[in-house]
Amino acid sequence: MMRWMKMSGILVILAMLAACAAPTPPAPTATPAGPAQPAAQPSPTPAASPTPAVKKIVLGFTASQTGKLTKESKEQVQGLQLWLEDLQRAGGIRLPDGTVIQVELKFYDDESTKERVQQLYVKLINEDKADFLISPYSSGLADAAAVIAEQYGKIMITTGAASDSTYEKGYQHIFQIYTPASRYLTGAIDFLKKLDPNARRIAIVYENEKFSTDVVNAAKPYAESQGFEVVLFEGYETGTTDFGPFINKIMAARPDAIIGGGHFQDGSTLAKQLFEKKVPVKMIALLVAPAVPEFAQLGDAAVGVIGPSQWEPGARYSPDSAKAAGLPWYGPTVDQFVSAYKAKYGYEPGYHAAGGYAAGLVLQKAIEEAGSIETEKVKAALEKMDLMTFYGRIKFDTGKAHGKQIGHEMVYLQWQKDASGNLIRPIIWPEAAQAAKPIYPLSR
Amino acid sequence: MSMWRSISWWFTLIVLLGAGLWPIASGSATGREDMFLILMLVTLASSLNILLGYTGYVNFGHIVFFGLGGYIGFYLMHRQGWSLGPAMIAGGLATAALALVLGTIILRLRGAYFALATIGINEAVRAFVANFEPFGGATGMSLNFAVYQAYGGAAQALWIAYGVLLAVTLLTVGISFAVKHSKFGLGLMAIREDEDAALVLGVRGPRAKTLAYALSALFPGMVGVLFFFKNGNIEPGDAFRLHLSIETLVMVMLGGQGTVWGPILGAALYERLRGYLLTSPLFKSLHLAFAGMLLLLIILFVPAGVIGWLRARFPAIRRVIP
Amino acid sequence: MVSPGVWIASLIDGLLLGFVYGLAAMGLTLIWGVMRVINLAHGPIIALGMFGVYLLFAYGGVHPYLGLFAVALLGLLVGILIYAIAVHRVLTAPHLSTLLATFSINMMIIGTGTALFTTTPRNIDISLGRLVLGPVVLLGTRLLAALAAVLIAAGLYVFLYRTTLGKMVRAVASNRAAAELMGIPSARVLAFSFGLGTMLAAVAGGLIATFFPFTILSGGAYELKSFVICVLGGLGNPTGALLGGLILGALEGLIPIVLPVSWVPVIEFLLFVLLLLLRPQGLLGER
Repeated sequence: MMRWMKMSGILVILAMLAACAAPTPPAPTATPAGPAQPAAQPSPTPAASPTPAVKKIVLGFTASQTGKLTKESKEQVQGLQLWLEDLQRAGGIRLPDGTVIQVELKFYDDESTKERVQQLYVKLINEDKADFLISPYSSGLADAAAVIAEQYGKIMITTGAASDSTYEKGYQHIFQIYTPASRYLTGAIDFLKKLDPNARRIAIVYENEKFSTDVVNAAKPYAESQGFEVVLFEGYETGTTDFGPFINKIMAARPDAIIGGGHFQDGSTLAKQLFEKKVPVKMIALLVAPAVPEFAQLGDAAVGVIGPSQWEPGARYSPDSAKAAGLPWYGPTVDQFVSAYKAKYGYEPGYHAAGGYAAGLVLQKAIEEAGSIETEKVKAALEKMDLMTFYGRIKFDTGKAHGKQIGHEMVYLQWQKDASGNLIRPIIWPEAAQAAKPIYPLSR
Repeated sequence: MSMWRSISWWFTLIVLLGAGLWPIASGSATGREDMFLILMLVTLASSLNILLGYTGYVNFGHIVFFGLGGYIGFYLMHRQGWSLGPAMIAGGLATAALALVLGTIILRLRGAYFALATIGINEAVRAFVANFEPFGGATGMSLNFAVYQAYGGAAQALWIAYGVLLAVTLLTVGISFAVKHSKFGLGLMAIREDEDAALVLGVRGPRAKTLAYALSALFPGMVGVLFFFKNGNIEPGDAFRLHLSIETLVMVMLGGQGTVWGPILGAALYERLRGYLLTSPLFKSLHLAFAGMLLLLIILFVPAGVIGWLRARFPAIRRVIP
Repeated sequence: MVSPGVWIASLIDGLLLGFVYGLAAMGLTLIWGVMRVINLAHGPIIALGMFGVYLLFAYGGVHPYLGLFAVALLGLLVGILIYAIAVHRVLTAPHLSTLLATFSINMMIIGTGTALFTTTPRNIDISLGRLVLGPVVLLGTRLLAALAAVLIAAGLYVFLYRTTLGKMVRAVASNRAAAELMGIPSARVLAFSFGLGTMLAAVAGGLIATFFPFTILSGGAYELKSFVICVLGGLGNPTGALLGGLILGALEGLIPIVLPVSWVPVIEFLLFVLLLLLRPQGLLGER
C-alpha cells in the first residue's frame, strides 16, 4: 500500500515536470481572445470597386483575469471588445489614402501583479509585434506597463488609471483617458460650498495607496483655498475592515463633511460603519465605491452618499453639446453605446466599460487623423486632439505632464431612493447635468 | 579554494552561464524578461537555502531583505542621484549588516519560534516603511524616466540590469557552492542536524549562524535594487510580499533543500510550472490549487526534493550535480 | 484634547472585537499545544467559515447564527480531513514539513475558493440594532459575537478539563508516547484535536462575517493577528489566547486616538517580535 502510494506520487510529479518541461511555452502563452479573433475574416466592404489595401495592426494589452482586480478589468475589456465589434461592422479604420486598417486585439492575463505586467508587455511588443498598447486596469499596473511602453517607444492609451504621478515622469507616448486623480474630489468641495455657505469643517480620510493619495493630496489644498478647515487628514491601510476606532476619531473632530475613501471594499465598509454609528455629518463623498452598482447592497447606508464618476449612462454629452462647446463630435452617442452594451452583455455599462470603449475610439480617431499607423504621426494626432465623444471631452496635456487628460470632466452622483423606494444614483453635480435634486444635509 | 578544480562547479557554472547568456546572444527581449524573473528567483532561493537548507532555520521573512535592499538602493538612486552599481552594492551591504545585527538577537529562537519571528519582522518592516516619509510612505517612490538616459536609453538600461543580475546570480550560486564545501558549511550542517551536539563539538554556533544569516541576506538586497530599478517604481506592498517569501520556500523544497542545484532547479521549475498552469485552459482558474497539490505531494512523498531524490537514487550523479 | 468618552468608546469597540480575534487564535494555539504544528491553513479556514455562514444564509435562507452550528460541524470535519491527508504523515518530520504541508492546503483552499467565489467582497446583511450609552454606540452583532466567543471559550475549557475525551487530548499533548501506552488512540485524538482547532477558526470566521465584509482572501489578515495573539498569550495556551485577543483588540482601539491608524500594525508586529525574544512563553506562560 505505502509503496504503491509512493510510486504513484512520484509518477504524478514526474508527469507534471515532464508536462512543463516539454516545449516550455514562454511563461504565459497566447490566450486567444474570444470575440477578438474575427479580424482574420475581414468583413467584405460592399462598394469600394478598386480593392483597397488592407493592413492589419495588433492592439496589445493585459487583463486581470485572476487576482484582486478581475471585476473592473473585465468590464474594461468588454468595453474595448464592443468597440472592436463596432469597428469591424464598419469595415475597419479607413485612411484618407483608401487603406483599410483591420485591428486585432491581443491580450494575456496579468494576475493583477506588476511582475507579470512588465513581462507580458515586453512580450506583446517584441513577440506579438503589437503596434499600439492599451493599459491594464488600475493606476499601479498601468504605471508598471507605462515604463515598458515608453522604453520601447510605443503609444499606450491608459484607461482605468487615474493617478497623476504616471504623467510626471517625462513619458512622451502615454495618453490618459480618465480624468486624473487630482480632480476627483474638487467638484464635491465646490458642491458643498455652493449648497451650504456655513459648512466649514472637512475630514479627509483615505486609503493609503497611490491613487487615493493623489486624490486627497490635491483635494486638501483645494478645500483650504475654498475657505474650509481640514480637521482630520489621515490614511488607513488597504484592506481595512474595521473602521470603529477610526470613526470614533472622526466623531471627535466634529466635521461637517467627510470626503475620501479608496476602492470598493474599504469605501463601502466605511459608508456602512459610518451609518451604523450614526455619525452626524452633512455630506459624505467617497471615491470609487459609490460609482459601483453593488454599492446598492448597503441599503439605507448608501442613501445620500456622493461619489465621483468618470462617466454615467445618464451623461448628457451629445453632438449638440459638442457644437455648443465648439468641438467636433466623434463616435456613437451615449444611447447607442449604452444600448449596444446592454444588448451584448445584458446589463448597463459603468464607467470602466465606457473607458475601455473610449480608449479604442480615441486610438481609432488618431489613426484616421494621422492617415498612418506610424507611431510618431499617431502621437502627433493625439497631441492635437480636442473633441467630444459619448464619454465626454478628450484633450491631452502636451506640456510638462505630457499625455495627462485635461479635457474630460467628472460627474458626481448621489444614491437616493425613488418614489417606490428603490435605490437610484442620479447625477447631482455639475449643475448643468443635474438629474435630481441633491439630498443635503444628510439626515442621520 | 579547490572549487575551481571541481567538475560539479564547472558543470554548474557552464549551465547557468549558458542559460543566462542565451537571451543576450539571441538579442531576444522576451527571453530576457523571462530569464530575468527566473534568475531573480534562483538568487532568492539559493540565498535562502544557505540559512534554510544548510543551517536548518526556517525563514519565512526572506523577502524582507529583498524589499529593504530595494528600498535603500532606490532611495540612493532616486533621491541622492547614485548610479545603479554603487546603489546595488549599498543595498546588499545594508541588508547584510541588518541581518548581522538582527541575527545575533533572533537566532536564539529555534524552530517554529524563529519562523514566526521572521514573519513578524517582515510585517513590522513593511508597516514601518509605509509610514516612513523619506521612502515615500505608502505610495512609494518612482524613478523619472530621464534616469535611464545615463545608461544609454531605457532599452539599454534593461540589458544592463539583466547583465548585472546574471553576475549576481552566478556569485550567489558560487558562494552557495563554496559554503557547502567548506569547513564553515560543515559547521552549519552540524547545527542543522543537532544544534546542541554541534556546540559541544566546538562549532561556534551563534557566530556561524549569524554569518550564514548575513550571507543569505546580502544577495536578496542586491537583487531587490535591480528589480525595482527595472520596475521604475517601488511600493511597500510589492516590496514586502510575504507570499513571495513562502513561494521561495516552496522552490527550495521542490528542488531539494541543502543542495546547490536544488534551489536553481526548483526556482526554474516553479516559474515554468506557474506559467504553464496559468495558460493551460484546463488549469487556468485552478492554478493555485494545483500548485498546492503538487507541493503537498512533494512534501509527503519526496521530501528531499527533485535533486535530493535523484542524488539518493543515482549516487553516480553526485559528482556532477552538487 | 480628546475627551474621555472617545477613549471609552474606542476601548469597548476594541475589546468586543478582541473576543472574536481571541477565539480565532484559540484554534491556532490549540493545534500548536497538542501537536507542535503551526497551521498555515488557519487563514483560509477562517475564510471558509465566513463563506459557510454566507452561503447558508444567502442560498439556504439559514439564519447566520443557526448557520454557525453547521459551520462548526463542517469545520471539525474539514480539520480531521486535513490532518489525515496532509499532517499525519509529516508530524514527526522537521518543522518545515508541517509548515509547508499546511501551507499547501492554504494554496488549495485559496485557489479553489478564488475560482468559485471570485474576489468580489461579500456582506451578510443582518442588523440587531444598536445600544447607545452616552458616547458609546454598541452594535448588536458585535455584542452577540463577543458573547458567543466567551461561551465557546468556556465550553472549550469545560471540555478539556471535565470530559474524558478532553482529558485524552491533554494527555496526548503532554506526552504522546505515554498516552499511547495508557491505551489512548493517539492518532485519532490528534486528528480530533486538529479538527477542534479548525472548528474554532471557522466559527470565529462565521462570527466576523456577520459584521465585516469579506472575500476568500480575508483570512490572511486574521491569521497574522492570530500569530500575534498566540504569542501574547503564550503559544499553546487557549485561555492565554483569549487574553491575547483582548489585548490586541484594546491596542487596535486605542492606538488610533494618539497616532495615525497606519502605525497600528507597526506597533503590533514590533510587540510581537519583542515578546518572542523576551518572553517566548507568553504573558501567561505556556499552557
